[in-house]
Amino acid sequence: MTVRIAIAQCAPALGAFKRNVAMHEEWIGRAQSARARLVVFPELSLTGYYLKDLAGDIACAADDERLGPIADASRRIDVCAGFVERAPDARLHIAQGYWSGGRLVHVHRKVYLPTYGIFDDGRYFGPGERFDVFESAIGPSGLAICEDLWHVSVPYTYAATGATVVLSPASSPGRGVAEGGDLGTAESCRLMDRFYAQYLTLYVLFANRVGHEDGIAFWGGSEVVAPDGTVVARAPEFEEHLLVAEIDPDLVARERDRNPLIRDERPDLVQSHLARRTGLVRRPDVAVERS
Amino acid sequence: MSVAERIGAIRPDPSDQSPLRIDEALVRKMLVAFLREETKKSGHRRVVVAVSGGVDSAAVAALAAETFGPENVTALFLPYRTSDPASREHARLAAKTFGVALEEIDITPQVDAYLGRLGDVDRVRRGNKMARERKSIEYDRAWPDGLVLGTSNKTELLLGYGTRHGDMACDLNPVGDLYKTQLRELAVILGVPEVIVRKAPSADLWEGQTDEGELGFTYAQADLILYHLVDRRLRPSELIAAGFDAALVNNIREKVRRSHYKRVMPLIAKLSLRTVGHDFLYPRDWEAD
Repeated sequence: MTVRIAIAQCAPALGAFKRNVAMHEEWIGRAQSARARLVVFPELSLTGYYLKDLAGDIACAADDERLGPIADASRRIDVCAGFVERAPDARLHIAQGYWSGGRLVHVHRKVYLPTYGIFDDGRYFGPGERFDVFESAIGPSGLAICEDLWHVSVPYTYAATGATVVLSPASSPGRGVAEGGDLGTAESCRLMDRFYAQYLTLYVLFANRVGHEDGIAFWGGSEVVAPDGTVVARAPEFEEHLLVAEIDPDLVARERDRNPLIRDERPDLVQSHLARRTGLVRRPDVAVERS
Repeated sequence: MSVAERIGAIRPDPSDQSPLRIDEALVRKMLVAFLREETKKSGHRRVVVAVSGGVDSAAVAALAAETFGPENVTALFLPYRTSDPASREHARLAAKTFGVALEEIDITPQVDAYLGRLGDVDRVRRGNKMARERKSIEYDRAWPDGLVLGTSNKTELLLGYGTRHGDMACDLNPVGDLYKTQLRELAVILGVPEVIVRKAPSADLWEGQTDEGELGFTYAQADLILYHLVDRRLRPSELIAAGFDAALVNNIREKVRRSHYKRVMPLIAKLSLRTVGHDFLYPRDWEAD
C-alpha cells in the first residue's frame, strides 16, 4: 500500500514569521485536499533563509506557542517545517521540526553550517550534534537539512541506523549558469539524491524552496527519488509548486532483498577505523598495521 | 554532458571562449523572476532605465518590458551635445522594438552650466560629470514609486570601468553577473536589433570613444581572463603558464584590485558597539510581518 506525501515548494517571506505561519496553513490545506498524509516544507520555511542578524529576533523555543498553529494542523496531516530554534542554552539552531497528532515529535538541528561562497550559516547559528532516526508517516526517517546532505556521512549514518527515508529540506540557491550548460547546483543536487537513494536503498525527499532573497534565487526542483533510483516526482524550477507523490514502503524491502547493501554493511568496521583515526578508542581486537 | 564533465574539461586556453557560454533561455527566466520579485518586495511596480543606444541598456530595457509590461517602464535617452547621432537612432530603435515610450532629455544645459565655469577640463572628468547628471535625472524620474535599473555588466564592474554614483548607481542590476560577451548573447535572444548588438561598445562620453580603444584590449580577451581569475579562482601565474599574455593578465588583475573600492559600500569608521555595515547586518529583503 502506498502513502501519499506532498512537498511544499514555497517562497517564505524573509523575517516575517506570522505571514509564514499563514502561508504554511494555506499549503497544509492544499496538501490535505490532495489527500497527502505528510507535507514537507523547505529549510527555514517559517522564517526565510538569509536572516543574518534577524536570526536572533525571529528565533523561538521548540515548544513556543507561536508554533502552535503548526502543531494544531498536524492533527490532520503530518507536517515537517523549518524554524530558528532558540535552545535552552540560548544557542541558535537551524531546526526542522516534525509535527504529528498535534505535537512536535522530532527536531533535527542542522549539523553542517556552510561558511563558504555565498553562505555564512556558521556566523549566526550553532551546529546540531545528532542524527536521530524517528518514525514518520512513511517509515523510519532521518532529516538532513540542505548542507547536511552534501556530507556523505549523514545519509550513510541514517541508513546504517535504520532509516528507510531521508528527508532533505533545503534553501538551495541557484548558481553556475556558465560553462555551457544548465544550472550547476541543480545537476549536483539531482546526482546526490539519486546516488543516495539507489546506493543506500532508501527514499530521498528533497524539498527545496523558490523565491529571491537579496538578489539570490532559490531554484526549486524538489523531487522524490525511490530506493531503486527512480525519480518518482519532480517539481518545476523557480516556481511555487505543491509536489504530490506516492511512497511505497514495500519497495524498500523489495529493493533491499534484491540489492542487500545495507544488510551487508559493516558499521562496526567503520566505527573502529574512525575511532582509531580520531584517537577516541583503541580497541584491542583491531589489528595494528605492521611496518 | 553533465556539469561535472563540462567543468572538469575546462582548461585555461586563450583560444577557447566556450567556458563563457550560457543557457540564454535559463538566464532570461532567472532575470525576469529577479526583477519581478525584488521590485515586489520593496513595493515597487515601475522601473526607470536609461537607454544609451548600446547593447547593455537595450537588453535591460527588454527584460524590464518583459517583466513589468512596457507601460511600466520609463525609458530615458539622455544625450549631451557631443553624443553620437547614431546613439539616438539606436536608442529609439531599441525602445520601439520593445514597445516602450522613450523620453529624451538633453543634459547639455546642466552639464555646461557647471563645467562652463571651469575652463579646460579633462575629458574623463567631463564624462564622469555627464554620467552623474544622467543618474540624477533617472532617480528624479523614479520618484515616487519606481526603481532605477542598473546596466553595468560584470566586465565593467570587475575592471572598475564606470563612474561611481554615475552609471554604476542603481537600485537593482539584472545584468551585473554577466560578462560583456555573455550579455551580447543574451541580447540576441531578447530580440535586441542586430545593429545594436554588433556595434563597437562605447560610453560615448567624447567623440570617437570606444571601450576597447580606451581599455587597450578587447572584451573577448578580458572576459576570458576574468572568467578564469574570478569564476574559476585561477592565479595569474597559472593563466600565464597556460599561454595567456602576461602583460594583459597582470594589467587586468591590477585593474580589478585597484577598482575594488568602487564595488563596496563606503567605509564607516567603527566606533560604537554596533555599526552600520560592520556588525549591524540585516538582509536588504527584510520583510514586514
